[in-house]
Amino acid sequence: MAFLDKHKAIETHATLLMVLSLLVVTIGGIVQIVPLFYLENTIENVEGVRPYTPLELAGRDIYIREGCYVCHSQMIRPMRDEVERYGHYSLAAESKYDHPFQWGSKRTGPDLARVGGKYSDAWHVDHLTNPQVVVPESVMPKYAFLLNNVIDAKYIGDEMATHRMVGVPYTDDMMANAAADFVAQADPDSDYSGLQERYSKTNVSNFDGQVALTEMDALIAYLQVLGTMVDFSTFTPDASR
Amino acid sequence: MCAKKVTKAAPGQVGTTGHEWDGIEELNNPLPRWWVWVFYATIVWGIGYTIAYPAWPLLTGATPGVLGSSTRADVQAEIDTFDAKNADIKAKLVAAPLDQIVTTPELMAYAEPAGAAVFRTNCAQCHGAGAAGVVGKGYPNLLDNDWLWGGTIDDIHTTITHGIRNTADADARYSQMPRFGVDELLEPAQVDAVVEHVLAISGQEHDATLAAEGATVFAENCVACHGEKGQGDRAQGAPTLTDAIWLYGGDRAAIKTTVTYARFGVMPPWAGRLTEDEIRAVAAYVHSRGGGE
Repeated sequence: MAFLDKHKAIETHATLLMVLSLLVVTIGGIVQIVPLFYLENTIENVEGVRPYTPLELAGRDIYIREGCYVCHSQMIRPMRDEVERYGHYSLAAESKYDHPFQWGSKRTGPDLARVGGKYSDAWHVDHLTNPQVVVPESVMPKYAFLLNNVIDAKYIGDEMATHRMVGVPYTDDMMANAAADFVAQADPDSDYSGLQERYSKTNVSNFDGQVALTEMDALIAYLQVLGTMVDFSTFTPDASR
Repeated sequence: MCAKKVTKAAPGQVGTTGHEWDGIEELNNPLPRWWVWVFYATIVWGIGYTIAYPAWPLLTGATPGVLGSSTRADVQAEIDTFDAKNADIKAKLVAAPLDQIVTTPELMAYAEPAGAAVFRTNCAQCHGAGAAGVVGKGYPNLLDNDWLWGGTIDDIHTTITHGIRNTADADARYSQMPRFGVDELLEPAQVDAVVEHVLAISGQEHDATLAAEGATVFAENCVACHGEKGQGDRAQGAPTLTDAIWLYGGDRAAIKTTVTYARFGVMPPWAGRLTEDEIRAVAAYVHSRGGGE
């Protein structure tokens, strides 16, 4: 075991030890991380996944700001009990436009990966305003103040530009109409045909039931789209993945 | 570690590494043999594991592993196993005429607990864990005999499948009460009068003079949906106004709000989210809660 004796040369030479340690860690990192960028089965393309609309994006910010991810996950794991309760297990592609993703790591409340369309907008308003009114056993805090926080589209274009910079495919058309789409989605009386052309399967509704465009509108718009983009009646996941 | 042969100074004594500082020497205790062999075993195990399971990244894919492990295939196999166990009874449930499900003990033995599970997972958030709804908030109680859209299992099945007043299902049950107040279909005085009339026909304390006035307003504006006597119309989801059961509250203020702003309760369609056997099971469950017709 003569080569083990040469350890002494490394162990007694601090700089050499540091350089060689870095080399080992680098190799380990390259082997584990780099393949994720090019291996075909880690970048499954799924039809239907689209970037968030401006209003949904604003709602997502509120979701993050209020720390919803602390109690709610958005990741249905591939296990029978989870699939039975929440629906089809989450696909990586479904959060590919999330920066950062909202998978979460703890479920004090239920998983929200497929909450979109499961309840009415009015239920979401009632529930966010005072969760115990509709679910007496709930420990969720109240978010009634969202109804009073009026929002506008002032910064939404900048935010979309930032998301575009990190790879979300917002088109020039989407960018140019960001402010208009932002308002149109919460107003069923507006002309929202452009919005629906730019973003497939968009819910247009006065989400909070009020005239003013509030954070409640944005958050419910976001919640109502979660998990609804992929049509699982036409999509069969490749079982070998 | 094991590079140098351990030399013992004397039986029962431990040798040194030869390091010595100011007369203090470093003992060279050997690692326990069992520990050393477990360590070697973990290396062998690690190599075996990367052969058995997906591991090493190559140019176009990763090594699949000789066991052919796949998380997606595993969960699908597990789901299929349980589906196969219930396949017979599910097929019978789907094939049976709806009105015979609740009268067939064999089907109900499955539909009752299966429907209860579906209900607690998907319906309890609005209708409550005990199916009693939320009084005054527009989430109907499913335990009583008062039904908006009908209480036969066929009606319940349709409601669950398509939902109510949603935009996601073209066959959703639909009706819309006019906003008599805010859209100025009625004068404020007429609203007050018709509220008194509704209080009167529901047997509550009311102003008789105003109520008499309100009866005319009611006859002109409300009877098309709520019926001449306020008995309601299930074809339009128009509630009966003569009983003590109120979806959004039955006091003077609540009725006035309803007449002024109207109500528009929405229920999502469940056809895409639940399978037909699950919808039938939960329909049977709801039907058997006490109010089924």
